[in-house]
Amino acid sequence: MTRLFTTTALTLTLGLGLSSYAAADTLVIGLQQEPTSLDPTADATASIDGMLTMNVYESLTTVAENGEVLPNLATGWDVSDDGLTYTFNLAEGVTFHDGTEFDAQDVVFSFNRAMAEDSTNPSKGIFKPIASVTALDPQTVEIKLKEKDAFFLFNMGQGDSSIVAQESADTNNTDPVGTGPFKLDNWTRGDRLTLVKNADYRDADSVALDSVEFRFISDPAAATAAMMAEELDAFPGFPAPELLPQFEADPRFRVNVGSTEGEVILAMNNAKPPFDNIEVRRAVATAIDRDEIIEGAMYGQAVPIGSFYPPHGTAYVDLTGAYPHDTEKAEAMFEQAGVTGTTMTLRVPPFPYAMRSAEIIQAQLSDAGIDAKVENVEWGFWIDEVYKKKNYDMTIIAHTSPNDMGNFARGPDYFYGYDDAEFTTLWDAIQTEADPAKRDELLKQGQQYLSDQSVHGFLFQLPLLGVFRTGVKGYWASSPVLYMPLKGVSNEG
Amino acid sequence: MAYFLLRRTVGFVLTLLAVSVVVFAVMNVLPGDPPLTILGLDATDDALAALREQLGLNEPLLTRYISWVWNALHVDFGISHSFRVPVSTLIGERLPLTVSLAVAGMAVTLILALSLGIGAASKHRQVGDWGVMFLSQLGIAVPAFWLSMLLVLLFAVKLRWLPPGGFAGWSDPVAAMRSLVLPTVALALVQSAVLARVTRSSALEVMRQDFVRTARASGLSRRRVLWRHVLPNALVPIVTIVGMQFAALVTGTIVIENVFYLPGLGRLIFQSISNRDLPTVQALVMLFAAIVVTANFIVDLLYVVIDPRLKVRA
Repeated sequence: MTRLFTTTALTLTLGLGLSSYAAADTLVIGLQQEPTSLDPTADATASIDGMLTMNVYESLTTVAENGEVLPNLATGWDVSDDGLTYTFNLAEGVTFHDGTEFDAQDVVFSFNRAMAEDSTNPSKGIFKPIASVTALDPQTVEIKLKEKDAFFLFNMGQGDSSIVAQESADTNNTDPVGTGPFKLDNWTRGDRLTLVKNADYRDADSVALDSVEFRFISDPAAATAAMMAEELDAFPGFPAPELLPQFEADPRFRVNVGSTEGEVILAMNNAKPPFDNIEVRRAVATAIDRDEIIEGAMYGQAVPIGSFYPPHGTAYVDLTGAYPHDTEKAEAMFEQAGVTGTTMTLRVPPFPYAMRSAEIIQAQLSDAGIDAKVENVEWGFWIDEVYKKKNYDMTIIAHTSPNDMGNFARGPDYFYGYDDAEFTTLWDAIQTEADPAKRDELLKQGQQYLSDQSVHGFLFQLPLLGVFRTGVKGYWASSPVLYMPLKGVSNEG
Repeated sequence: MAYFLLRRTVGFVLTLLAVSVVVFAVMNVLPGDPPLTILGLDATDDALAALREQLGLNEPLLTRYISWVWNALHVDFGISHSFRVPVSTLIGERLPLTVSLAVAGMAVTLILALSLGIGAASKHRQVGDWGVMFLSQLGIAVPAFWLSMLLVLLFAVKLRWLPPGGFAGWSDPVAAMRSLVLPTVALALVQSAVLARVTRSSALEVMRQDFVRTARASGLSRRRVLWRHVLPNALVPIVTIVGMQFAALVTGTIVIENVFYLPGLGRLIFQSISNRDLPTVQALVMLFAAIVVTANFIVDLLYVVIDPRLKVRA
């Protein structure tokens, strides 16, 4: 009887073409990383962007799933012929969640705050090209640049450049106030954070969900149990690729394997022997077998890279064949460079992709006559000893920021220890090239150059592994940025 | 007695002082950089310098330590570097969960261990005794996180009786209690395994003594002798172990809170150490130290209550 009733009801619903089924208008999302603050303009923790950017906070522009820059709080803009003056037209009738009006003064305030001498913006560098920010009228802002910046509009669509109000900026770390489609309902530190739909949002009809709850679960086994027990609807950044097959086999779930901006590299300390010798770096590149690393460390769920640029990008060139895996050749190269038999350390941060890759790379180097000592270190140690003090031979790390080829132009003070005037000139040209086609051409040259120089061992693009209940629709499959807009997401039960 | 209390109080203060010096020194010697941890790998040098200044990390070490002690004496534990809220607020939010968990864990441990231990002793060399010994051996051998996962798989994933983790707070007491059932059981099963063994052997020793035979001979029931005469006399070693276990229970919550993703002090200290959040780590370690020292103190007091002969020595 119940079954008959359900079937009838279902038929009726479908027959009437109702868009809302037995639709749940709430969504419970699991996140591995727990934020300590809720202000993306003062803390680099990725989950702050993951939860709040474009959901609670908005920026002048926004970035679509395919990487395209779209209008957001700025409905449109004009760029002067010299590429140095941007005039933004702002959306009208926008209010912050605390009821205060949004206008050009808020934009001026947000940028001045990020650019100030005592600013602690985690990406302060993206504001460096800005000379001045002026409110021409309440609906128009003019930003003048000191130098041309090809990534300016893209950078204006990041969490670091969120538009905040003077009244609430100082308390955003615990009580975020933005202009976005969702506002904070409740935050139990360490356990969960709840957002509710902002009824005053300028495009409120396009928001399907009434509320979203984020739960913080760091342990992969616990995350699996929570999904299996249907405590969660989605785990967009699932931490353990080896646990995915059981979700793939379960009709209740859908598994998504997408891409991120994270290039995983076997970084070599270019400032320190033997890696100041290009032949040694090339020998390392020849010794490593990416397919084996991806199979062993990522259970096959990753795309190999041959240089420092994501495979989904418009300027991508496939350079994975530049140094074909050849243990004997690598052995001979190490021999010739006189490093055979030496011991090198491979200091690895506490991320599963890095720790697992390290063991495989260790074995591959050992086959080629190099004794690599793997040291698993904790994140605080890595940041200080490897990143800041450059006290390492090799390490494995994912660079998750978009457009980050400029890392190689950061000079000898950066932990790569790579100092190359030729590449720096090339990067300057990339950064100031306004024409997308010409810029892509230069980016291709950049990839080729870094591959030729074999600056690091380029391993694979960090995948975005997500587990969703089948009713969850509209989630991004790949992410060109750190955020995941929930505006278009729905939960059909 | 007054001398005893004074001696213990001085010991308490000195212990905490020593702990504070050690934590402060260790956290500063440990490689790490709080501003870089907060601002990440894209941070510019001037942003890092500005944050370092804001967090007061440019002051000399000794100045920072002295001002920390001075503030702590005024019950001010400073502002957390990573959360940017007072450390006392963070502890206040998380204390109820960890205390509930530890107290409930201890209660279940005591009930299980005492009844099983005494029961096993009374059935010495019978099936019941062997059963308890076998189970407790298993309990000691099984790691807490693995047992936790098994409990979750059975009761949360398969049977759906209880939530797999999380804790929304005491505002909904029924939901809160449901959330605590599995973590409490996971904590208590492992702890009670040890305690049941101690209870059994201690009870067996007492049962061999003359006064037990006399009590039985005077017509008291087996049951009455066990609970009224054997247990009280077997308590000294049991209380010693309970005191040690309570300390282990508080630290054991670190593992349990991670597996059941509970927002307690254990997870907070774990996260704060990774973040090099000195004020939070400092306050938490002091709190844990205070709990351990207090537990030992209570155990010492209990000895005197259980066995008045010890008073003379105290």
